[in-house]
Amino acid sequence: MTVESTSNVNEDEILLEVKNLKKHFPIKGGLMRRVVGEVKAVDGVNFFIKKGETLGLVGESGCGKSTTGRAILRLHEPTDGEIIFHDPKLGKVHIEELNAKDLKRVRPNMQIIFQDPFSSLDPRMTVGRIVAEPLVINNVVKGRALRDRVAELLTVVGLRPEHATRYPHAFSGGQRQRIGIARALALNPELVICDEPVSALDVSVQAQVLNLLEDLQEQFNLTYLFVAHDLSVVEHISDRVAVMYVGYLVEMADTEDLYYNPQHPYTEALLAAIPKPDPRNRHRPVRLPGDVPSPANPPTGCYFHPRCPYAQDVCVTERPPLREVVPNHWSACHFSEELNLKGVPRLNEIPVTTAPSAADANRLQVEGTEPPHSGSSNGEVTVSLQ
Amino acid sequence: MAVQAGSADDTRAVAKKDKQDAGQMSQRQLMFRRFKQSKLAVFGLIVLFLMYLMAAFSSFLAPYDYDAIDSSSSYKAPTKVVWAGGPAVCGEVQTLDEVNLEWKYANDCTKTYPIQFFNRSYPYKLFGLIPTNIHLFGVPQQPADANAVPTEGQARPAKLYLLGGDKEGRDVFSRMLQGSRVSLTVGLVGVIFATVLGSILGTASGYFGGAIDNVMQRVIELIGSIPTIPLWAALAAALPGNISVVRRYFFITLILSLIAWTGLARQVRGKVLSYRTADYTSAARAAGGSHMRVILTHMVPNAMSHIIVVAALAVPATILAETTLSFLGFGMQAPAVSWGTLLQDAQSIAVVTRYPWLLLPGVAVVLALVCYQFLGDGLRDAADPYG
Ligand SMILES: Nc1ncnc2c1ncn2[C@@H]1O[C@H](COP(=O)(O)OP(=O)(O)O)[C@@H](O)[C@H]1O
Ligand code: SF4
Ligand SMILES: [Mg+2]
Repeated sequence: MTVESTSNVNEDEILLEVKNLKKHFPIKGGLMRRVVGEVKAVDGVNFFIKKGETLGLVGESGCGKSTTGRAILRLHEPTDGEIIFHDPKLGKVHIEELNAKDLKRVRPNMQIIFQDPFSSLDPRMTVGRIVAEPLVINNVVKGRALRDRVAELLTVVGLRPEHATRYPHAFSGGQRQRIGIARALALNPELVICDEPVSALDVSVQAQVLNLLEDLQEQFNLTYLFVAHDLSVVEHISDRVAVMYVGYLVEMADTEDLYYNPQHPYTEALLAAIPKPDPRNRHRPVRLPGDVPSPANPPTGCYFHPRCPYAQDVCVTERPPLREVVPNHWSACHFSEELNLKGVPRLNEIPVTTAPSAADANRLQVEGTEPPHSGSSNGEVTVSLQ
Repeated sequence: MAVQAGSADDTRAVAKKDKQDAGQMSQRQLMFRRFKQSKLAVFGLIVLFLMYLMAAFSSFLAPYDYDAIDSSSSYKAPTKVVWAGGPAVCGEVQTLDEVNLEWKYANDCTKTYPIQFFNRSYPYKLFGLIPTNIHLFGVPQQPADANAVPTEGQARPAKLYLLGGDKEGRDVFSRMLQGSRVSLTVGLVGVIFATVLGSILGTASGYFGGAIDNVMQRVIELIGSIPTIPLWAALAAALPGNISVVRRYFFITLILSLIAWTGLARQVRGKVLSYRTADYTSAARAAGGSHMRVILTHMVPNAMSHIIVVAALAVPATILAETTLSFLGFGMQAPAVSWGTLLQDAQSIAVVTRYPWLLLPGVAVVLALVCYQFLGDGLRDAADPYG
């Protein structure tokens, strides 16, 4: 099921390629802790990231996004697949094959920012020691130079150098994330995996941290794999977005393409769950019905079929591969071509309607049993803003 | 840089400013601050400190040689201290009861003998190093009397047995001081051995998991399934009878720690298991840190306060274990004294009812245990105020 997803992209532009990546966790049971099953947390993921871009990786909790990120960094040993990193000095390296010594040489170029602002900072260390740790491990600088570098890093992320002597418990969630970002930047990485860096933060603080990440990307030429559990956060930071469902990518495209023209029913459902900022269109974001199936015991055929409003018989038996349905737009649905899925409305398509019919128009399709929606009907007036 | 250093995030920083001193305090400092708020724990710590101080200076504090047999003071009741321009003891007249052929003692307080401080008496080595014969207090014997058979009907200064005498006429107070050296340290040293062993094995077990963990867990379960007292007794009984006191002491601590480490290893394992999956561990690994480095800079320091707490809570059980073993005759053996061996004298009800002061070593045991418990509880609350 390997997809040559890099077909029409120039090799030189690519920083990271992930091919058929799998991570299965054994389920152990019984007195002798024998393996009685497997959690297929990541099960055949393919994507690539170009230098300097941000790839959003989106999916509900438990879809295997963090596991994907950690497997790329070998924080989890991948079960199968290839992770090809284009190291600026060492060239093309297969991360999954590296021995401990070579891995240590590559690691400074691939860093990670974590979701949990509490578990990501060792409570016994001062902020200075936390930020200095990568530098100390790699023996980059020492003594006064080390202190200066830590002060510089803290300034870069919007903290003050004197914060170095304090302990993490003295900081707010947003500040803690900044500390985590400073640590990730310490070794001047190429690739930063941002594992839901703002999910645990207040909405007001989220925007600040996102802005910081965007500024840093520009300043230091960073490439991001940006993980999020809903599509609202990644929209303005991502160049492209990959949507993940139960260990598998179901859709990948340029951000605009994916938002306006989703090709997979799961993406459509995720888009419907985004809170709408448009005041005329205000409604409660709709939670997706049903739960993410357990990766230990996934459904047959298309993993999304129990929740998919468009499911047909074939969906129960056959698993759709991720394929390029439109140029540069991959989707894993048998019916991508036939379905006319609803994305977010383009600004110039936002209907001006009275409140009741707006509510009507926003009825979540996933929940309904009606056949695929065919464009904007319902007597909405589409006004052009141009 | 276009980062807004202002707004919500930063106003919090300002709000935190007045708490800056707390922000610069390490978890250990915060723990100490919380510990100080617990009155009982501080009380326990102070009493224990005094007890260890007394154990360290036991020979200086003991007016008599703990092992000096004096048949004329057998089961001697605690000596009465009177005031005669200073603390003093009465004279003592010994008469022979011709019917029962028993020595009878009577106090003759017409003549008092002052208690002398920094009195010179039997020689000893302070801390086992400095030879001296100065004791904190004592009643000088008349030189001629020192070894002479007591003359009938003639008053002599009473021996200053603060807590009475035992069957052999030895000073219970001096013996308790001597015994505290073993009783207070066997438990502590045993727990220190156990802590080192338990920490290493628990950390390895929790951090690496897999087969190491599996084996460790089974071993711990196995040890845990054997009743402790019989196991201790069996191990102690296996010790050769003719080994020196120091050797015996060493082996007893080993035997005690052999069982105490399991609880510790379990606790440390549980903690390390949670630290191992913490993101800061991943961050250190992602930066290229080795497992050893992660263990030494993240696992051990984080587990340390927990280790200290668990160790403190394990000490009383170990002290009690030594006391029990010695009481049963498996632990320390004469000429060594510990509170356990002293309590052997109090095994019969008849003796205890007539000479209740022989139970005093038990009071010392209880005091030490209670203080350790207070200390351990206080440390636990300080380390984990919400747990
Ligand atoms: N160390 C692990 N051992 C066993 N199962 C795991 C482990 N880590 C994650 N999983 C499982 O893998 C699945 C994906 O988890 P994760 O990658 O954290 O999802 P996400 O980040 O998308 O929320 C979940 O079902 C989770 O229970
Ligand atoms: S393959 Fe079938 S079940 Fe899966 S998303 Fe497409 S229509 Fe739905
Ligand atoms: Mg996650």
